[in-house]
Amino acid sequence: MPTVHFTDADGAVRDVQGNPGDSVMETAVRNGVPGIVAECGGSLSCATCHVFVREDCLSQLPPMEDMEDEMLYGTAVDREDNSRLSCQLRLTDELELFVTTPETQV
Amino acid sequence: MGAHAAAEQASTGAAGAAGTETDSRTRTGLLIIGASQSGVQLAVSLRALGFDEHITLLGDEDHRPYQRPALSKEFLQGTVESESLIFRSNEYWTEHNVDLVKGEYIVRIDKDADGSGVAHSSSGMQFPFKRLALTVGARARKLEIEGGDLDGVLYLRNADDALALKARVGDATDVVVIGGGFIGLEAASSLQKMGKNVTVLEFGPRLVGRAVGEETAEYFLQAHRARGLDIRLNTSAKRFTAKAAGDNRQAVAAVELQDGTVLPAQIVLVGIGVIPNTQLAEQLGLSVDNGIVVDRFALASDGTTVAIGDCANMPNPVPGSEPGERIRLESVNNAIEHAKVAAYSLTGRREEYAGIPWFWSNQADLKLQIAGLCNGYDQTVLRRDEERGKFSVLYYRQGQVIAADCVNAPLDFMAVKNALAKGRNIPADAAADPATPLKTITTDS
Repeated sequence: MPTVHFTDADGAVRDVQGNPGDSVMETAVRNGVPGIVAECGGSLSCATCHVFVREDCLSQLPPMEDMEDEMLYGTAVDREDNSRLSCQLRLTDELELFVTTPETQV
Repeated sequence: MGAHAAAEQASTGAAGAAGTETDSRTRTGLLIIGASQSGVQLAVSLRALGFDEHITLLGDEDHRPYQRPALSKEFLQGTVESESLIFRSNEYWTEHNVDLVKGEYIVRIDKDADGSGVAHSSSGMQFPFKRLALTVGARARKLEIEGGDLDGVLYLRNADDALALKARVGDATDVVVIGGGFIGLEAASSLQKMGKNVTVLEFGPRLVGRAVGEETAEYFLQAHRARGLDIRLNTSAKRFTAKAAGDNRQAVAAVELQDGTVLPAQIVLVGIGVIPNTQLAEQLGLSVDNGIVVDRFALASDGTTVAIGDCANMPNPVPGSEPGERIRLESVNNAIEHAKVAAYSLTGRREEYAGIPWFWSNQADLKLQIAGLCNGYDQTVLRRDEERGKFSVLYYRQGQVIAADCVNAPLDFMAVKNALAKGRNIPADAAADPATPLKTITTDS
């Protein structure tokens, strides 16, 4: 099963097992991981599911489309090179992903 | 979310919360009526704030609490599954001591002056509570014309509505959508994408009513027509006509317009707005006026019941609004933010509701994002990038930006939303050049 390791801005870690095909955002929200708000439910409208992806995991993820790229300029905590919107990251079978959530999403 | 979902996982159900005793000793915890976006958020926010009393989250549908926005879009088109609309896992609710009650419709509430009471459902169950929250939402406005109750005349408000629509889509060739608002246009776009011949009838002179300004309404009209959608403004249906569908049911076959035109339709989808659910509030003697009247702290007129989301009529939360100006908002953002305010109220804190409302609507490849409320504007600035398919309208009142409608222009949306949230401005003269990022011209006043 895919696993996502969420680290919050204070360093607390939460490991969540997800289902292949689900997004990282869905996996977080359904299990009540704090630090992911996701007001729009994954329709790329709100930029409140921002995560920083650990550098060595980036290559396992799908490339960023223009809309995600533009939305990332509006996140509450400024984007970095490893920023993604977690609603756009789909879990695959053996994926093990390490992400950090920003201090705030709104 | 099929009908089969009714029986599963109802486990945490009513058994613990319901009782036959109705004296004050059994009146513990919070009863949230409405397993809606705002009801779910209220429970989640309360737990995050350390509220440790029992919570019962009760809904009248046979589904676990789910997200509605996709019903007219991804869910209808079959690109997301019902499971991904579920707000929280069953484990989450169990771990957080929240009882989910499904399929119970509350018909009467007895409540004392201290805020405690007992709610009675149509099935005869009783739900005692110490505090009450009404997150009862709104219901689809019905079209009362001849043939309005024919088989195939549908609405789209909840999951069962969406399932009913999905079940019929396969056999239909022609769909008439009544109402050119967000729901109507989203569903029309989805159905068109699914290969249906779709006609949209709008009673008024433009699309989307008062939710957007004229420029945006005109943009959507042209954009949808360019994508092949048949949109008829200033047009209303006179009656729906039927053909026999067997087993004595009469199925809709056509829509007759006021001018006598007849449009074939195996599905009629009506999206002409919603009516806030105020029946319980009225029965409780709460103040009601286009929704349940609440104060800045989400408290109803009894001072103890909270009412939030689509069903609540509240002081306008936009900073700087006229004192006494009231508003009822139908949006995900409002459901969430209003719930947070209510959670503070229920835990003894006083946090006024203040914020910039925002909305979204996805129609075909048109991604509309709205920041702020445009009512009372005296100036607009258009930003249009034909090549990249981007379109924004900024609204101003006395030189101050107050709102924006942005189509496929998330940078503009984000810039305006952030400026409004921080009380900043985007001067109108500089904003007109679509090549200038709005973020770079935002000023402190």
